[in-house]
Amino acid sequence: MSFAWAKPYEPKTELGRWFDDRMPLPRLVYNAVGGGYPVPRNLNYGWNFGVLSGIFLTIQIVTGIVLAMWYFASADGAFNSIEHIMRDVNGGWMMRYAHMNGASFFFIVVYIHIFRGLYYGSYKAPRELVWMLGLVIYLLMMATAFMGYVLPWGQMSYWGAQVITGFFSAFPVVGEPIRVWLLGGYAPDQAALTRFFSLHYLLPFVIAGVVILHIWSLHIPGSSNPTGVDVKSEKDTLPFHPFYTAKDGWFAAAFLTIYAAVLFFAPNYMGHPDNYIPANPLATPAHIVPEWYFWPFYAILRAFTSNFLGIDAKLWGVLAMFTSILLLFFLPWLDKSPVRSGAYRPLFKRFFWLLLLDVAILGYCGGSPAEPLYVALSQLATAYYFAHFLIILPLVSKYETPLPLPNSISESVLHGEKREAAPLGQTAAAN
Amino acid sequence: MIRWIARVVGAAFVLAVLWAFGTTLATNLQSPPAPTAEHEFHRHPKEVAFASDGPFGKFDKQQVQRGFQVYKEVCSGCHSLTRVSFRDLHQLGYEEAEVKAIANQWQVEVPSVNPETGEPATRKAVPSDYFPSPYANETAARAANNNALPPDLSLMAKARHDGPAYIYSILTGYQNQPAELLKKFPAAKTPPSLHYNPYFGNLNIAMPPPLTSEGQVTYAPGNPKPTVDQMAKDVAAFLMWTAEPNLQGRHKTGFAVLAFLIVATILAYLSYQNIWAEAKRKVAPVGPLDPVNKAKRTRASKKAGIDE
Repeated sequence: MSFAWAKPYEPKTELGRWFDDRMPLPRLVYNAVGGGYPVPRNLNYGWNFGVLSGIFLTIQIVTGIVLAMWYFASADGAFNSIEHIMRDVNGGWMMRYAHMNGASFFFIVVYIHIFRGLYYGSYKAPRELVWMLGLVIYLLMMATAFMGYVLPWGQMSYWGAQVITGFFSAFPVVGEPIRVWLLGGYAPDQAALTRFFSLHYLLPFVIAGVVILHIWSLHIPGSSNPTGVDVKSEKDTLPFHPFYTAKDGWFAAAFLTIYAAVLFFAPNYMGHPDNYIPANPLATPAHIVPEWYFWPFYAILRAFTSNFLGIDAKLWGVLAMFTSILLLFFLPWLDKSPVRSGAYRPLFKRFFWLLLLDVAILGYCGGSPAEPLYVALSQLATAYYFAHFLIILPLVSKYETPLPLPNSISESVLHGEKREAAPLGQTAAAN
Repeated sequence: MIRWIARVVGAAFVLAVLWAFGTTLATNLQSPPAPTAEHEFHRHPKEVAFASDGPFGKFDKQQVQRGFQVYKEVCSGCHSLTRVSFRDLHQLGYEEAEVKAIANQWQVEVPSVNPETGEPATRKAVPSDYFPSPYANETAARAANNNALPPDLSLMAKARHDGPAYIYSILTGYQNQPAELLKKFPAAKTPPSLHYNPYFGNLNIAMPPPLTSEGQVTYAPGNPKPTVDQMAKDVAAFLMWTAEPNLQGRHKTGFAVLAFLIVATILAYLSYQNIWAEAKRKVAPVGPLDPVNKAKRTRASKKAGIDE
């Protein structure tokens, strides 16, 4: 598909040829994730998280389908049906904990995947669409995760739904009617629960569809790589299979080991104890917090505590929270440095690590109660978040002098020929 | 163009949030948030070890049975346990006949229907029944408890941070309100209907101290002395079991899964090494293995008098 030297598919058997003539599905797979897809040979382990995301999407869909066989989407019965799964259904506790922790691990791998893309400039031309489709997947994941968290109908489910749908009421005039329309009532209840279940079952398949587009658009220019230098010749690449299947294979097994360790030995570590209390519309929990993967955005939402320019503080918060994700769609045009990889961008690199720290601080504040110290800290961190993407990044790309790039991927891997041509024990410079 | 729009939008959000930051600072500097009694006197659960802790955790059946006895004789007067059935007690080592007897002699009967008249009635529990609730409904529960609702205990050990330690701490944490607290926060005096307990979120719990004296429950011979501390520990262990009855099975399965995955990881890693080693020999004509470079290097080495 992508490079002239990509190996064409050759059916090995008579049956294979017969099949290929009629429906070239094996050819498609071969060109997508087989020997027919040349991949830069210098990928580091940051590039394993794409395949891992696919693995966790699969785990979520499989465990989710099994859970849906026992789950009962009713305001009276949802909590009981989950407890029935946990106690009486054979292996039910395993499916439930696998799904619960699978969501967290899905976000872990996707966050690493996104930050890898940010550091190595994977969003830059010609991969803008890959990046944007990835963000669409991320938004769909957030919607799916939120609705999934509502389904057990525990205290945090209920009050999380209350808070998050409450965002819409921040918009003047149209906000409240939209909120009521979305919930099918004035507060989360049966109508909201059933539609959340319906959408929670639908969206993963939409995600799977967008994943196909994401991979399709990736395979036109081919994968990016840690140097950010374009692939120039066959020497720069290796066929996906067996090289990257082997590398992804062992890494996935290692990562699943960590997942299993959490699933079997600390399954409730990433959850909130309040969700083991059945939903009670009359008792508000002391601290309403979303799941950990939403904490940075929750911190941004809560950081806007004062009205400004005649706009209500709550509306500022909601706008900022949506903007904090939507601005990523414009990243390919905000950062116009021709150098992709952060490894060759000394100034960008520093700001990148600052951003990572910033998001970690936002996450910490988002998970903490809204006490003055945390609020003040999250306000500074929010200011940096917006400044980083909308002000600093465009300026950095304008004023930064990047380091010299290697001529090719193979040169960067094999450290150049000049030095190798020197006598043993001496460097080229000494000659 | 897009970068100019970005700067304007960015500046708007940055200014708005910095304005909010300034306001936060100003408000808190002018009138720092008043300290509250909860903030200063609330305590985290005590450190206490249970057999079910950690990756090798197992239920101490003797202890869980003692905990069940405490639940039966003390807690069940007010607290329901609706997600556990009598037959589940088999897991604690009770025999068929014992479970039957426990169900049959349970102090509350199970709601039923009179087969003759269709009138509401009650009958004796059988092993397949869930533990019947002490009150007919929430209204009855509140009416009997000064408008406080005794929560169901089935999931208590998972519904609080540090579940079993929290339960143990609450049960052993009742005390007189410290004089220091009363001096500092006279308004936080525990109302007469509540009880001071620093391990409870807002310090004042509606539940009166349930475990008050040694020997309140009589343990069978061969068991430790039923001190308040021991009974609290035992009932916490029991509630860990009711909240997570599959804990032992989970740990057991976990070790099998981990063993499988670790072996799979090692094998996959070795095959990865194998495949990539092969790759480097096959397709690395640039650099040290390039025949041209190799020849150049040999020549240079020869000239310099270095034996390769």
